[in-house]
Amino acid sequence: MSFQKSTFHHPRLKVNDLGLTYRDYEGALSTLCAGCGHDSITSAIIQACYELSIEPHKVAKMSGIGCSSKAPNYFMSKAHGFNSVHGRMPSVTTGANMANQALLYLAMSGDGDSASIGFGQFAHVVRRQLNMVYMVANNGVYGLTKGQLAATADKGVKNKAGEISLFNDIDLCSMALQLGASFVARSFSGDKKQLVPLLKAAMSHRGFAFIDIISPCVTFNNHPASTRSYDYVHDHITTAAVTDFIPIKTEITTDCNVGDCEDICLHDGSIMRIKKLDSEYDTRNAHKAIMDIEEHKKKGEILTGLLYFKPTASHFHEINNTCDTPLNQLTQDALCPGARILSGINDSFR
Amino acid sequence: MLTLKKTDTRHYQHFLKVVDCQHACPAHTPVPEYIRLIAEKRYTDAYMLNWQSNVFPGILGRVCDRPCEPACRRTRVEEKPVAICRLKRVAADNKGDISAYLPIIPTEKNGKRIALIGAGPASLTVARDLLPLGYEVVLFERDAKAGGMMRSQIPAFRLPETVLDEELALIIDMGVECHFGEEITSLDKLLHANFDAIFIGTGAPNGRWLKIPNHEKVAKHVDTGISWLANVSFEHIDSAPKRVVILGGGNTAMDCCRTAKRLGAVDVKVLVRSSFAAMKASPWEKEDAAAEGIEIMPNYTPTEYVFKDDKFIGVNFDQVKSVYDKAGNRKLTTTGKTLLVECDLVLVAVGQDTVFPWIEGDLGIKFNEWQQPIVDPMSLQSSLNKVFFGGDAAFGPKNIITAVANGHQAAISIDLFCADKDPLTERPDSSFNLVSQKMGIHEWSYQSNIDHQARNLVPHIDWQQAVKELTAEVELGFDERLALEEAHRCLNCDVHTVFTESTCIECSACEDVCPMDCINFIEGDENSSRNDLVQQFHVKDVNPEQDLLISDKLKTGHIMVKDEDVCLHCGLCAERCPTGAWDMKKLVIDNIGATIK
Ligand SMILES: Cc1cc2nc3c(=O)[nH]c(=O)nc-3n(C[C@H](O)[C@H](O)[C@H](O)COP(=O)(O)OP(=O)(O)OC[C@H]3O[C@@H](n4cnc5c(N)ncnc54)[C@H](O)[C@@H]3O)c2cc1C
Ligand SMILES: Cc1ncc(C[n+]2csc(CCOP(=O)(O)OP(=O)(O)O)c2C)c(N)n1
Ligand code: SF4
Ligand code: SF4
Ligand code: SF4
Ligand SMILES: [Mg+2]
Repeated sequence: MSFQKSTFHHPRLKVNDLGLTYRDYEGALSTLCAGCGHDSITSAIIQACYELSIEPHKVAKMSGIGCSSKAPNYFMSKAHGFNSVHGRMPSVTTGANMANQALLYLAMSGDGDSASIGFGQFAHVVRRQLNMVYMVANNGVYGLTKGQLAATADKGVKNKAGEISLFNDIDLCSMALQLGASFVARSFSGDKKQLVPLLKAAMSHRGFAFIDIISPCVTFNNHPASTRSYDYVHDHITTAAVTDFIPIKTEITTDCNVGDCEDICLHDGSIMRIKKLDSEYDTRNAHKAIMDIEEHKKKGEILTGLLYFKPTASHFHEINNTCDTPLNQLTQDALCPGARILSGINDSFR
Repeated sequence: MLTLKKTDTRHYQHFLKVVDCQHACPAHTPVPEYIRLIAEKRYTDAYMLNWQSNVFPGILGRVCDRPCEPACRRTRVEEKPVAICRLKRVAADNKGDISAYLPIIPTEKNGKRIALIGAGPASLTVARDLLPLGYEVVLFERDAKAGGMMRSQIPAFRLPETVLDEELALIIDMGVECHFGEEITSLDKLLHANFDAIFIGTGAPNGRWLKIPNHEKVAKHVDTGISWLANVSFEHIDSAPKRVVILGGGNTAMDCCRTAKRLGAVDVKVLVRSSFAAMKASPWEKEDAAAEGIEIMPNYTPTEYVFKDDKFIGVNFDQVKSVYDKAGNRKLTTTGKTLLVECDLVLVAVGQDTVFPWIEGDLGIKFNEWQQPIVDPMSLQSSLNKVFFGGDAAFGPKNIITAVANGHQAAISIDLFCADKDPLTERPDSSFNLVSQKMGIHEWSYQSNIDHQARNLVPHIDWQQAVKELTAEVELGFDERLALEEAHRCLNCDVHTVFTESTCIECSACEDVCPMDCINFIEGDENSSRNDLVQQFHVKDVNPEQDLLISDKLKTGHIMVKDEDVCLHCGLCAERCPTGAWDMKKLVIDNIGATIK
C-alpha cells in the first residue's frame, strides 16, 4: 500500500505567478475509496487555486463530517482549516469569517452534511450571504456511514442495499436560489473543463457562492439503479452554456458571436464568459433558473453549469456593516475603547 | 473494430522501449530485474540473469561503456541515473557458487563444427551460445591467452586479471577447442578445412598514425596507444619516460595517460583537438584521469614533430576553436596561436581500423570503402554465406557489450545456417509475457514506493596510492549498504502500466493521482495526429523521442493517452483505479538474444 505520493514531478511543469507548481497545492494522499468523485473535486480545487495564484496561507478550508468533509485534508496542506462537527460547518465558518474576513473560505460539505443534519445551517448561511465558496459533493448517499440514502437522492431510486427513496428529494441549487444566493452553479466531478472555471469564478466572487457538484460514490452508489453513478451521469448530463473564466490581466478576445455570448464582470475585474448553447439561457433570472432545473429534471436530464450570478449583490459584511479590518488584527485600544465610550453605547440602549 | 491508432500491445516492442536502459543495452540485459534481485540480496540469481544476456557481468560491471546509464529514466526526474554498471559488479562480487546454474553441455555433439577467429568477447559469446546446443567449437587466437582487447588493452587497474580469467574460463571450460598462439594467415585455407561455418571476431587491431611532418623520423619516440598498451599488458614495457604526451581524446587516450603515470612519467599531458565537453572519452574516464593529476588540454591540434639538431624535442600544436555550422557539424578554425610541447614519448590515440590482409580477395567476401566487410546488420552474414563477422571486426571499434550482442546475433544465425534455414528470413522472435505484480488490494510484489535519494559514489583507493601501482584496481565497488541503497533508486521500468479499455468507468482517479501527469483522458480518433493529442495533455511539453500509450475508444467516446516519458512506475494509478482497468505488469521476455535487432 502506498501512503506516499512521490515528490518527483514532471520536469516541465509550469509555475504560476507565485512560482508554485500545481503540486505545491496538494495535500495528503487521499484515503477515500479509489475512484471516489470527491478526489476529482479535490484535484479541480487544486487546479483552480494554482491557476488563480492563490496564496495557500490566505485560505481557510472548512468542512463538516462525511467523506466529502474529509476532502480538505487532501488539498493545500499549507492552508488553514477547520474540520468541524456534522452539519455545523456553516456556523463555524460564520464565526471564522467574523474574526478574519481577509481569508478565502473554501467550504466542502456533503449532501448528508448539508441537506440532512445541517439543512438549517445551510439555509441560514445562504440567506446571510456569507463571503465563502460553499461546495457540496453530491453523491446521493451518506458515503462515510456506508450508503444510506441522502435527502438529495431522487425519489424512487434504490440504494445499493435495495432500499427505495420514498420522499421528495431536496435540490440544493433550487434552495440556494430561493434563499438568495448570489452565485449558484451545478457541475460534475468528472467534468473538470466545466468545474475548474466555475470554481475560479466562485473563488473570485465577493459574496456567497454555492456549487453543487455531482460526485459519484463508487462504493455505495455506482450501481445500475443509481442516478448518481458514473455511467448515469455521463449519459444524462446537459448544460445550457459553456463558461470560461478570464483573469483580470488577460487580454479579452472576441471569439464568439454577440448574442450567444455574455461577459460578466466580477468585482475584481476578471470576466466570466458564457457561451450559450441554449438561446433561452439567462444567468440573471433566479426564478427562471429554478424552473430550468425542474424542467430538465422532468426530462431525466441533469442541468449543469452556471445557473445564476449576481456579481454586485451585497454580502454579509456589507449588510452587517462590519469594520473592514479583520477582528483578529484590531488592536487593544480599538477593541476596548474605554469606559466613556462604553457608557455612551449603554446609554444608547436606554 | 480498431480504427484508432491504438498502441499495438500484442508485441513486446512498445514495452521493451519503455525499459530504456534495457533497450539501450545492445544485448538487452534485463536491468531492472537484476537490480530487484540485488535489492533482495539474491546476488547469484542477479549474476546468472546478467550472464545469460551479457556473458561477462564481472568484466562489464567494471568497464562497460554503459549505454544504459544515459538512457536511464531516472535522469528525467532527477540529476543522475541509477549506477546500473556498478550494481552489475555487486552481483559479480557477491555471487555464490554458480556451477549448478551453468548450462549442461551435451556429450553427444550435433555434428557441426564451427571455427572462431580471435578470442575477444564477440567470438567467446558465439562459443557460449553454441556449445550448449551441441556444436563443436574451434577457436584460433594469435595471442597466448583469450580475452582480446579486454586483456591486451584495457589496463588491469580498471579490470583485474583475476576477474577476466574467471569469466573467460567459464566459457573455455564448456569445451572450446583452443588454439592459442595460432594466427590465421589465410581464410582460404580455413575454408578448406572441415568447418560448417566460420565466425570472424578479430577486432580492429590497427592503431592509426598521424602523418604530420617528421612522422617518418620519430619511430623511437612515438607509438600508437593501443600497441603501447598491449606491450605494457604483455610486460614488454615496464617504464615510461619523464614527459609523455598523448594525442587524442577517447578512452584509449585516458588509459594511456593513466598507465604512463603509473610507469613513472611525471609530466603527462593529453592534448585533444576537440573541446573538453566534446571529447570522446566517457565522462567518468576523464574525471578519473583528472583525479590522478593528468593535465587535459583541449583545443590543440598537432602540426609537426619537432627536431632540434636532429634530436626529437616534442610536438608543435595549433590552438583551435570548435565552430559548429547550422547542421551541427564541427569545424576547427585556428586561433593563430601555436604551442610547442616538449616531451620524450608521444602516444597516438586517434583511432583504430580493421585490417584483413589474410582474407584473400577472390573468396567472395565484399568490403566497403573503409575496409569493413559488408554484412547484414541483423544476421551478420557476409557475402560468403558460411562466413559471419561480429564485434569490432564487423563495424570498427565499438565496445565489449556491442561485441557480445553481435556474438548472440551471429550464434542465432549460425544455428539457422547449419540447419539449412535462412539466417535473416527464418529468424525466430522472442515470446513475451506481461505478469501482474498484484499481491493484494494495494500490495505489489515490487517496491513501488519511490526512493528520492541521489546517486551513490563508488568508493575508490586513495588517488595518490592509485598512481603508484600498475595493477591495483582503483575502484573498490559498492559495499552492501551502498548497493542496497543504490538498488532502491531503480524505478522498475519493466513493471508496466497496462490499460484495459473495457473496464474503465472514466472516473479520472488515475489521471488525478498520477504524480507525473502521464495520464490524459482526451478527445481523439483515427485522424488525430500526435500533436492533436499532445495539445490536450496536462503537460504539453513532451519528449518527442518517447512513445505514447494510446487506448481504444472508451464509453464516452474519449480515449486514454499515457505519455510514457516520465512515468515512475509507482503503481498509484493502478491503486487508485476502482475497477482494475490499470494493472502493473512485469515484462518477461524469453530468449532475449532474439530481441537484438
Ligand atoms: C585502450 C582501450 C580501452 C578500451 N576500454 C574499453 C572499455 O572500458 N569498455 C569497453 O566496453 N570497451 C573498451 N574497449 C573496446 C573493446 O576492448 C573492444 O571493443 C572489444 O574488445 C572488441 O571485441 P572483439 O571481440 O570484437 O575483438 P577484440 O577484443 O579486439 O579481440 C580480437 C582478437 O582477435 C585476435 N586476432 C586478430 N587477428 C587475428 C588473426 N588473424 N588470427 C587469430 N587471432 C587474431 C586478437 O589477438 C584479439 O585477441 C577498449 C579498447 C581499447 C583499445
Ligand atoms: C452528529 C452526527 N450524526 C451522525 C453522524 C454519522 N455520520 C457521519 S458522516 C454521515 C453522513 C455523511 O454524508 P455526506 O455528508 O453526504 O458525506 P459523504 O460521505 O456522502 O461524502 C453521518 C450521518 C455523525 N458523525 N455525527
Ligand atoms: S464511501 Fe463513497 S463517498 Fe466515501 S470515499 Fe468511498 S466512494 Fe467516496
Ligand atoms: S505508475 Fe501510474 S501513477 Fe505512477 S507515474 Fe506511472 S502512470 Fe503515473
Ligand atoms: S482510475 Fe480506472 S476506471 Fe478510473 S479513469 Fe482511471 S482507468 Fe478508468
Ligand atoms: Mg453524500
